[in-house]
Amino acid sequence: MCGIAGLISHNMVKENGARIRKGIVLQNDRGNGLGAGYAAYGIYPKFADFYALHVMSEDSAGMFAVEKVLKENFAVHYVEDIPIWEKKITDYPLCRRFFVEPEGDKMEQLKPGISEDDFTIEKVMNINASNSKAFVFSSGKNMGVFKGVGTPADIYDFFRLDEYEGYIWLAHNRFPTNTPGWWGGAHPFNLLGYSIVHNGEISSYGINRRYLDGFGYFCRMQTDSEVIAYLLDLLIRRHGLSIYDAAEVLAPPYWSSVEREENMELQDRLVALKVIYESAMLNGPFAVLAAFDGGLFSITDNTKLRPMTVGLAGDYSFYASEVSALYEMEENLERVFTPRAGQPYAVFLNCADGEKIAGSQDMPYEKRGV
Amino acid sequence: MLLTKPGLRSQFRPVFDLDICNGCGQCAEECSFNEIRMETRGDKKIPVANGRSCGACHRCEYTCPLGAIDIVEKKMALREHGLWQRDKIHRIHLQAASGSVALTGMGAETKVPVYWDHLLFNACQVTNPSIDPQRERMETITWLGKKPSSSQELEDPRRLRKSLIKINMPLVFAPMSYGSINLNFQLALARVAKKKGLLWYSGEGGLHRKLYPYSDHVVLQVASGRFGVSPEYLQVGRAYQIKIGQGAKPGIGGHLPGEKVLEGISETRMIPLGSDAISPAPQHDIYSIEDLRLLIYAIKEASGYKPVCVKIAAVHNVAAIASGIVRAGADMLYLDGFRGGSGATPAVVRDNVGIPIELALAAVDQRLRDEKIRHQASIVAAGGIRSSADVMKAIALGADTVAVGTAALLACGCHACQRCSSGKCPWGITTNDEKLAQRLDVDWAEERITNLIEGWHHEMQEIMGLNGIYDIGSFRGNRLILRGVGLNDRELSILGVQHAGE
Repeated sequence: MCGIAGLISHNMVKENGARIRKGIVLQNDRGNGLGAGYAAYGIYPKFADFYALHVMSEDSAGMFAVEKVLKENFAVHYVEDIPIWEKKITDYPLCRRFFVEPEGDKMEQLKPGISEDDFTIEKVMNINASNSKAFVFSSGKNMGVFKGVGTPADIYDFFRLDEYEGYIWLAHNRFPTNTPGWWGGAHPFNLLGYSIVHNGEISSYGINRRYLDGFGYFCRMQTDSEVIAYLLDLLIRRHGLSIYDAAEVLAPPYWSSVEREENMELQDRLVALKVIYESAMLNGPFAVLAAFDGGLFSITDNTKLRPMTVGLAGDYSFYASEVSALYEMEENLERVFTPRAGQPYAVFLNCADGEKIAGSQDMPYEKRGV
Repeated sequence: MLLTKPGLRSQFRPVFDLDICNGCGQCAEECSFNEIRMETRGDKKIPVANGRSCGACHRCEYTCPLGAIDIVEKKMALREHGLWQRDKIHRIHLQAASGSVALTGMGAETKVPVYWDHLLFNACQVTNPSIDPQRERMETITWLGKKPSSSQELEDPRRLRKSLIKINMPLVFAPMSYGSINLNFQLALARVAKKKGLLWYSGEGGLHRKLYPYSDHVVLQVASGRFGVSPEYLQVGRAYQIKIGQGAKPGIGGHLPGEKVLEGISETRMIPLGSDAISPAPQHDIYSIEDLRLLIYAIKEASGYKPVCVKIAAVHNVAAIASGIVRAGADMLYLDGFRGGSGATPAVVRDNVGIPIELALAAVDQRLRDEKIRHQASIVAAGGIRSSADVMKAIALGADTVAVGTAALLACGCHACQRCSSGKCPWGITTNDEKLAQRLDVDWAEERITNLIEGWHHEMQEIMGLNGIYDIGSFRGNRLILRGVGLNDRELSILGVQHAGE
């Protein structure tokens, strides 16, 4: 059992974390104090063109090793310790952030023609695979993940999230079951622009992980949720699927539903997606809220064994595991509903890349969303 | 002077309850190995066993109208010896009596570990609800063939769909040729395959006319003897299989003695009546991987680009060979393990050549993934699949589907007496003798095999459900579902599973 909360301002009006804090703290009982985290988009406007790498390390030697790799491969524009307030949490790793830009010659060296995104992922994966004490836990642009072992309130205060202003906020309250509660295992999981929070357990993790391995994504956070962030990056950024198709891959319709589809063209496409991405399909109970540079979307498993509710109010959309959390974030909701099982519910920023990133294709499978 | 030559005494014996027996003689009629004869004692006819040829097929036991027969094991008293085990002594006696290669049927019987028995499944507890297949959808649909690696590689969804073979559960019937088994049995397999949306493999004996209505569910074989391969044959199948090797006899070809080459077989195989059908050990047009590629594409051209499957026996270097086969253009890779069955194989080959399917499958699946070509071919794992648990363990190790042969025979009365090559199968399965073959009623066999398949299907769904998985696709290659017990680190690392407790 875990708690999820998220909010987005379609017109990119920024606010600090106060509302998201209320939304997730209300769901305190959905966690056990062994992990909480936040993601915020739009928080680094001064460095918006640089990858903001958040690094955690158990000790300074680990941090030094990561710093060395970063300096060797990137132009590092700015480095600083992530500001913290250590009153309530005393046992914590070093947290530092680097604003970096891949260097052209290093990219050519690695693989001619490689994109900046792929280069950055490659380096992040290598750092995370080769260090036992340090790892990069956030790597997008103009966004950041803040997470650790503690209650949602404690982690919020620890990272001083009152001081950040973003237009998308994501929060998670963890009740770890399969794997130990540790700083890296807290949600959100992030890769470049994709950040996910997850409530549930991925029964298909074993094959998802092997599948991702073949594409150069190495899982080392000891937790199943990690694969979702990597799958989204693979499907949407690298394979060019729309968010709806990606959701179709992660929570595909049953074969029996596919066979009932009367539009043969659509049926063939669904079969093709299911066949090609069999190993990317998620099984087991899950509710996922995923943020990306252009918006926010939720997916749940086909039988909806984990909750997800949505509230709408003017410029804002809110997501949470519990309806009460929606009202905690916004008293005057115009509409509250629960997305259908297995169907994504996506909202996009009112900006050029909102729809573009999401893919402008029509929704291929009817009865989506609500 | 010895009255019985050593080696010719059988290990089993029918025992008759003469208080019940009415001397009807059914048992003597049923025993195709002439173990039983009827003798007159006083005013009563009684069955007498000769003690030389009982193989424990249990046919007489099942057909005795009065239930008066039991087959008992009659172990010769031998001083126990660690090296000179019973079977070794028996075999020497037998060969000293015959002077020939010791032929046998079925799969290997040696004490090489059966890794299936050292693997255990996981189950959901608390954090993840298990799914009840009685109440919720539990899907096992599987698509075989070459798939694109991403949606970007996908050109035409319709074409992709048509190029793949859909089966309703990851289970197909292993190649058993017409000749090694009779038409009745093939017909039963074909009917079940059609009815259940599965596949059956023809084996190397060609396709009898009577089976043409089932050809949309058959994978037709092109083996080294090329029996039955005609232009028409290359058109009618759902897919084609190039047979390089067989688990029960890696490195040698199929043998069908002339005694079994009767009319239908002669016609279907396109060979003279009564002639031995001895397949060459290699395919004489395949001496290298380049040659294999040529044949794969020759068959594709001839068949209108139907999927081509390449069958190999699991041998030491199987992963590298498999990679070569996939790169040569095969759409399916059929791995036949050490314990794979056979109608006739030299015991020395059966029991000493090749490696277990579990290790081969795990190594091949991982190798193809490492080389990023796993999507290019489906893996069919065969060779000693005994239960639905074995099926699911194979799927979790990475197989797309398994193939079963022996299990289907057992479903129809076979008791694994291992005398398939004799052509005297008392159950009417591995014999072409008209009288014996009549014993296998096609409808009955179809029902028995259907029952088995349905039973396994339910069990497979249970195993998926208790792991919280509703689609077999998430089970496939999901080795975290498995844990090993009693295996060493090397075995665990090859299988890619953790030890229980980890």
